[in-house]
Amino acid sequence: MKKSVFLGALTVAGMAAGVAAAGTMDDVKARGKLNCGVTTGLVGFAAPDSNGEWKGFDVALCRAVAAAVLGDGNAVEFVPTTGKTRFTALASGEVDMLARNTTWTFSRDVDLKFEFVGVNYYDGQGFMVPKSLGVSSAKELDGATVCIQTGTTTELNLADFFRANNISYEPVPIETNAEAQQQYLAGACDVYTTDASGLAATRATFENPGDHVLLPEIISKEPLGPLVRHGDHEWGDVVRWTLNALISAEEMGITSANIDEMSAGTNNPEINRILGTEGTLGEMLGLDAEWAKRAIKVGGNYGEVFAQNIGESTPIGLARGLNAQWTDGGLLYSPPFR
Amino acid sequence: MSDIGFVRTEMLPEREPPASTTGALGWARANLFSNWFNSILTLASLYAIYAILSAILPWVFSPTWNGTSLNNCREILTAAGSVGDHGTSGACWGVIRERWIQLLFGFYPSELYWRPILAFVLLAVALAPVLFADKVPSKMLIFSGLYPFIFPWLLWGGTIWGPVAALGGFVIGWVVYSAASKTMSSLMGILLGAAAALVWWFVLSGYFVGALDSILPIGIEAVESRKFGGFMLSITIGVVAIACSLPLGIVLALGRQSDLMIVKYICVGFIEFIRGVPLITLLFVASTLLNIFMPPGTNFDIILRVLIMVTLFAAAYMAEVIRGGLAALPKGQYEGADSLGLNYWQAQRLIIMPQALKISIPGIVSTFIGVFKDTTLVSIIGLLDPLGLSNAIRADANWNGVVWELYGFIALLFFVFCFGMSRYSMYLERKLHTGHR
Repeated sequence: MKKSVFLGALTVAGMAAGVAAAGTMDDVKARGKLNCGVTTGLVGFAAPDSNGEWKGFDVALCRAVAAAVLGDGNAVEFVPTTGKTRFTALASGEVDMLARNTTWTFSRDVDLKFEFVGVNYYDGQGFMVPKSLGVSSAKELDGATVCIQTGTTTELNLADFFRANNISYEPVPIETNAEAQQQYLAGACDVYTTDASGLAATRATFENPGDHVLLPEIISKEPLGPLVRHGDHEWGDVVRWTLNALISAEEMGITSANIDEMSAGTNNPEINRILGTEGTLGEMLGLDAEWAKRAIKVGGNYGEVFAQNIGESTPIGLARGLNAQWTDGGLLYSPPFR
Repeated sequence: MSDIGFVRTEMLPEREPPASTTGALGWARANLFSNWFNSILTLASLYAIYAILSAILPWVFSPTWNGTSLNNCREILTAAGSVGDHGTSGACWGVIRERWIQLLFGFYPSELYWRPILAFVLLAVALAPVLFADKVPSKMLIFSGLYPFIFPWLLWGGTIWGPVAALGGFVIGWVVYSAASKTMSSLMGILLGAAAALVWWFVLSGYFVGALDSILPIGIEAVESRKFGGFMLSITIGVVAIACSLPLGIVLALGRQSDLMIVKYICVGFIEFIRGVPLITLLFVASTLLNIFMPPGTNFDIILRVLIMVTLFAAAYMAEVIRGGLAALPKGQYEGADSLGLNYWQAQRLIIMPQALKISIPGIVSTFIGVFKDTTLVSIIGLLDPLGLSNAIRADANWNGVVWELYGFIALLFFVFCFGMSRYSMYLERKLHTGHR
């Protein structure tokens, strides 16, 4: 990095060493830091604590990738992005990857030229109503006023759902989740709808969470996953298999507590391959043998990350549900490490 | 009959005015209860004030300073017995106690907080000779001139040779200008001087800084723009935009009135274009479009991009405010300047500008205040200014659901700055009031 000076008042960070489109992985290694795009703040998924340290479910994935590539889970520059700036930030190279609860959709994958490398959280749009409303199904919401964030897919899903069920509703447009909480609590709307994880987090902040219920209907599929730029497959593979390593680690029972013990060698060849004591998987990725071990060690396996940030012991209190391992009836299914 | 005298022969002692016309009572009677209608209005207003304060004050004075989370605050409030119809009522000030430093400094490294603090203290020192010209020795202006180079160095850090090189550009430009304007025309001097300075800044200074830094590495720890946040970010953007937009605005306003056609149309085009688009569009251009236009791998600092855009935006508005001041000057002032034999720049400096700027003070200051408040728009492009941070703080599971306390705190800080600017402008108007009106 060469600093040049402009008008003395303001320094411009110079060009990164190799301007030619070197692989993202080389850029990251040369820089010594991973630029990871996160939200500007979403409960449980990404938020800075009082010391300015980013924490959360999405943040943990950034740290795991940084640990795998650079050997240090703190070698991450978290770049807060909004819903409007996230895609240009990734496309322009300002960030190396986005871990920003972004729904994997056809047009984002194909038309916007991004590559979703997997799914780290299966979400879906749900409804929250006050218990006093006496509603037990979303289909009974005929004529209800609904608080809905404008300009999101939730708005479209809602219209589809009500039209398909031939019932009417009155939308109350709101801009942010904080505003929605206030409006809903003030009784400006009967129903609040957004992603189920967001509803759970919102309900947890209420003074009497028991007075509000989440309706059983989930009206959309929202597979949230990390994404990278189209075309850089080496880098996409690194992020994809870091995520898979976390998921497989849970399936195989590798935790941050027993990982050192296990990396001494076990009878399970797949564990050995993940942890790098057998095979050359790391080398195939362009990393060293212990990449996955470091990735798992930094925040634990998928289950540990989940439990720590959004699981049932946290104020957000999300159940695993769809995000359980396939062996437990969920959708998490990592391809084998072979 | 003649012994009945109706004429006093001695003075009566002076008496106090009636109690009902003096002191608080008299004031109240004259101003609040002068007739039945005013009395009713007074009573109604008092009731309104009472109703508002009695609703707000119990909420404000809530014993939650040590709360560790929203739920903890609620427990404290329940224990203190302030439970209303809709659950506990009272502010949760714990969030401010835990996060006020973050709201002020963002993610700036905590061991380096002295640098922004020093930068803003020095800002006051540098501004003093400008703002209070009659009370501060004018030699302090030298420091004011150097301050634009000290300010970024303190905030961003890095090698000291960066700002030195930037200052060097001005020196080189000046030397070339004076040499060329003596030998050739002064227009050539300006052009050559500017060209020399630009060559220095964009081509040579990089080598100069690199070379000197390797010989004599004096510097302080560099801090990336990404670490900037909170009020520090607002003030940085606000101060730079305000400081740069005033001279730029003066130049644009003069350019718009110029007889030189190209200069005039460039200025008109710039002003009308910038004023024709909302600031938020310019910010989106800065944050997203520029990234796409520039060659891949270029890392053009996001805060620098925002600074440039906000400055240009403010300058366009400033130009129009100052043009208003210029238009308000009687033509005789221009003719008087001409008749004294002053050239264009002398006339501007000695006669036109002092009057035009004085007329424009209220407009200029309200533009300043507007720019300062507009800095909160950067939260939309993902920079964590106080409003952006309030969102990030709410994303902490402990504080999710806290709204009024954060916004109240932010509003208070903004109010202090804006009110200060507003009072200063009134002071300045009084001081410069020369009795034309």
